[in-house]
Amino acid sequence: MEVLKEGKGTPLGWHDPDENRQWVLQNKSRELKDKCMIAKQAVSQFIHDGDYIASGGFGHIRISMVIIYEIVRQRKRNLAMAGKTSVHDLDTLIAAGCVNRVEPAYSFGHELRGLSPASRRAVEGGQCKIVAETSNAGYQWHFLAAMMGLPFMPSRNMLGTETLEYSNAKVVTDPFSGKPICLIPASYPDAAIIHVHRCDIYGNAQIDAILVEDFELSRAARRLIVSTEEIIDNERIRAEPWRTVIPYFLVDAVVEAPFGAHPGEMPGLYYFDEDMMAEWLEMSRTSQGTKKFLQEYVYGVADFEEYLSLVGGIKKFNHLKKIEQLRAPQEAPWLKK
Amino acid sequence: MAKEVSSQAEYYTASELMAYAAARQLQDKKSVFVGTGLPIVATMFAQRTLAPNLLIVFEAGGIGAQIRALPISVGDARTFYRAVIATSMHDVMSLAQAGYVDYGFLGAAQIDMYGNVNTTVIGPHDRPKVRLPGSGGANDVGSFSQKLIIIMRQRANSFVRKVDFITTPGYLTGPGARERAGLPAGTGPYRVVTQLAIYGFDEETKRLKLISLHPGVSLEAVKSSSEFEIIIPERTETTKPPTQEECAIMREIDPLGISLR
Repeated sequence: MEVLKEGKGTPLGWHDPDENRQWVLQNKSRELKDKCMIAKQAVSQFIHDGDYIASGGFGHIRISMVIIYEIVRQRKRNLAMAGKTSVHDLDTLIAAGCVNRVEPAYSFGHELRGLSPASRRAVEGGQCKIVAETSNAGYQWHFLAAMMGLPFMPSRNMLGTETLEYSNAKVVTDPFSGKPICLIPASYPDAAIIHVHRCDIYGNAQIDAILVEDFELSRAARRLIVSTEEIIDNERIRAEPWRTVIPYFLVDAVVEAPFGAHPGEMPGLYYFDEDMMAEWLEMSRTSQGTKKFLQEYVYGVADFEEYLSLVGGIKKFNHLKKIEQLRAPQEAPWLKK
Repeated sequence: MAKEVSSQAEYYTASELMAYAAARQLQDKKSVFVGTGLPIVATMFAQRTLAPNLLIVFEAGGIGAQIRALPISVGDARTFYRAVIATSMHDVMSLAQAGYVDYGFLGAAQIDMYGNVNTTVIGPHDRPKVRLPGSGGANDVGSFSQKLIIIMRQRANSFVRKVDFITTPGYLTGPGARERAGLPAGTGPYRVVTQLAIYGFDEETKRLKLISLHPGVSLEAVKSSSEFEIIIPERTETTKPPTQEECAIMREIDPLGISLR
């Protein structure tokens, strides 16, 4: 196949499919064993300086903030991160100096809330490098190729644009149709972190919402930390196996963390904490403000439980539950600025 | 005439007119792939009024929602409220690539005369003046949707000769360029709605062409708010503004003015 065009971006997490098969054979246990641990242990064991990581959910929805904050607390450095529509998760890690390389599909913005001051500052100032551009489907199919054990996935997006020129994809002539087709390279994150509604102690997990990319991401990542609102008995998994989205043999660590997506949304359980989002967007306008925020909410607390009390505890979460369930009106304090 | 305009201007804002005008481009019983911002408000309005059987598709996995409350994100739970399926991005993107999406609906920072859109960067890519979020699903929506609708603020520095970065494909360099690049045949930009006017694309040249001026907007205002030459047909219409009742519905959808501000 003749290569018609080649993006100048660098691939993140590309491995020859045989190399990755070997890695899986040697490192991923099929043993049904208890993987419960605290966030501190999961992060120190499975996330290393220099790793390429990916966060599940969608930017500020069903994101594992319990693990994100722990990465900040442990001062991990030189991480690359999938900008697979990564918003508050990525913004926090860039602001804290943990992530310095990104392949963005959608990053550095908070959708209707506006752009991320901290990430923008880091990208425009050169502290955070853009290794390649892609789109949301581009990311999706990075992970699809990886989970299938294939070197690439053919697609018909990005063609003709500068998103492609700055991507890590290639364009070839499709031997079947004779038309140009984009080839998106497989991307295997060193570690992925995914927050779920419930799972058992082995990691068999259920998600009561849109899956976004988590079906594919959980299967593409080499190491997988699952944080969960609730631990359930294995019997419940086996009674309704069709509800399992992530089976245990993909999972390396299970972290029980009610409200673990705060200040993000957990579908059906609690809506965004817009007060906290407003505070973050305001504080992160300066590097001093960013430091102060992280000191107060991350470095200054021992763990996520302490953080939850600090941000308002059960009263706060009852309120966010009402908004989630459309029993209380939407709030947008960041509009005032 | 001038008096009439000012009395109209009292009851609707530029954003409300844009959302309304864009909503009217959507046909009932079709599917629409919706991006963040004003497109969500316009789509919700369309579903409540003109197009009750509109099939609403969100990139993160919500399909067929009967949206009750404004989602802040295209992935929050409100995007699959009373939906027919809460699925995945792979499913949605695959369906779009296979031809199940009639309309794409996006916002934009910059556009050129062929409808190429930039949401990645202002200034050079390696030394950005402003780093924007990037494609998100926009490139995919613009690549796969049969008809792409773009809603954006028009100024001489947003309607530009050359966008700083082609994030999302319009007609690229002109007629036939999308197909030559390998994009799905027959797809491309369909309408651009701004605070001044509604535009389409010339069949032959694939260049931006005026369809209707909003009430009280002069041809001069449209021309001076664009760096490139807009095709002006012999006959142009006046955009139908929303009624007071229709404005009330839009404000009910976005009571805080998150998108309609």
